[in-house]
Amino acid sequence: MTTVVKVNLGGKTWPAVAGRAPQPVLGPIDLAVQAGSFVILTGPSGCGKSTLLNIIAGLDRDYAGRVVFDPPEQAVTYIFQSPRLLPWRTVFENVALALPDGDPRVASIPDLLTRVGLDGAADVYPERLSLGMQRRVALARGFVGEPDLLLMDEPFVSLDDPTARDLRALLIDLWSRRPTTVLFVTHDRTEAVTLGTRILRMGGTPATVLEDAQVGLAPSDRADRNLVRNEQQRIFGAT
Amino acid sequence: MALESNKALLKPGFVDLARRSRLVWSLGSLLALLGVWQIAALVIASRVFPSPLVVLEAVHIEFESGQLLLHVGATLARVVVSFVLAMLIGSAIGLALGRLKVADRFFDSWLIFFLNLPALVIIILCYVWFGLTEVAAITAVAINKIPNVAVTVREGARSLSRDLSEMAVMYRFGWWRTLRHVTLPQLAPFFAAAARSGLSLVWKIVLVVELLGRSNGVGHQLHVAFQLFDVPMILAYAVAFIVVVQIIEVGILQPLEARANRWRR
Repeated sequence: MTTVVKVNLGGKTWPAVAGRAPQPVLGPIDLAVQAGSFVILTGPSGCGKSTLLNIIAGLDRDYAGRVVFDPPEQAVTYIFQSPRLLPWRTVFENVALALPDGDPRVASIPDLLTRVGLDGAADVYPERLSLGMQRRVALARGFVGEPDLLLMDEPFVSLDDPTARDLRALLIDLWSRRPTTVLFVTHDRTEAVTLGTRILRMGGTPATVLEDAQVGLAPSDRADRNLVRNEQQRIFGAT
Repeated sequence: MALESNKALLKPGFVDLARRSRLVWSLGSLLALLGVWQIAALVIASRVFPSPLVVLEAVHIEFESGQLLLHVGATLARVVVSFVLAMLIGSAIGLALGRLKVADRFFDSWLIFFLNLPALVIIILCYVWFGLTEVAAITAVAINKIPNVAVTVREGARSLSRDLSEMAVMYRFGWWRTLRHVTLPQLAPFFAAAARSGLSLVWKIVLVVELLGRSNGVGHQLHVAFQLFDVPMILAYAVAFIVVVQIIEVGILQPLEARANRWRR
């Protein structure tokens, strides 16, 4: 299998602020992400998962080590923890802005919006939508440019269970139609097993990868809650 | 669901009704003001406190002779040019100071100096240095306004969302799209505030500039009328200019602001 991105991290330390000593947040991490895989980064809240994602995204450049993309020019998009939509642009414009000017894929946006359940909301401003709906817009924006690598940072956190489940199903649907490589941060173990093909458990101070597990579930198994629960116990142990 | 109830609020009829009731209120209060003025004029019965009708007559005479349009037009042109200049230069300075900490630290005291420099001093110095010219007049007005705009826009530039600029980086907006879709919309309320306070400040300073060193414009006419103790003429020009400024406010600034705010809940 081909590798999309290789991470050779020596470490990451938050600089000293206001008399507090510098804080090491990430330790040495070696990670190769295979094309087409759905990689979950999981671990306790605040352990540095999002920091690692920001380093891979190129938003955080203050670290020791290297992040190498292969091929070097790749379309990388990021679906953030909060939707980060432009409140002064409509749903349609928010999605369209993820494409370069004059990109013919603008024509595919109405279909995409229908697929993510935003039928008729194209001309609505984001603040008039519920959080769940705004997250759907963020998903559409993340997928519209058909990225090679999609980074997701707890995109379904603080939603009620049914809404989160709907959105996970939607994500699987989008992912199976436009296969891409995904790096997905979550601390929800059920979510990790439902979505991922590979799970990296992070932990410790500074955080490193404690365990690297393949998920042994076929796409059709993932709707079955019993199978998901068994797999979750196999990977994370009975808790 | 949320979508449905919001659509009801957006129906044109609802907006029209709100606008009409606001119009009735402002018309009513304006008529009341005229009434109070009329009664006061009757009670005082002095040549230097004319009634609204006398002032209206003065407006009419000035309008017929073409003087009113000439002078109001000259003043308006100065207001527009100096207002646009002050907004552009002030915004650029404000943006730079809001984004660059070093520049902000260095120029902060300059800004405070210019904020507190009396308008009259700037006007006199401009006339002394550049002569009694149009350029001097407009420069003086713009310099008076620039620090206010800069301070307001600096506040906006300081509060730009880091979340949204990271989003713009990840979705490869480039500088132009980032400016147009991310930065400027966040600054819009600050531009609006600067424009609002700017317009009222600028036109008052323009009158002073005209009074001190121009041979046309409302300020110049007020100067002439003052020398003749012609109070109806003073009030006639004042009223005419208030009407013009209100038309700009209601006809240009408010619709622009409504457009910039239409996304808000």
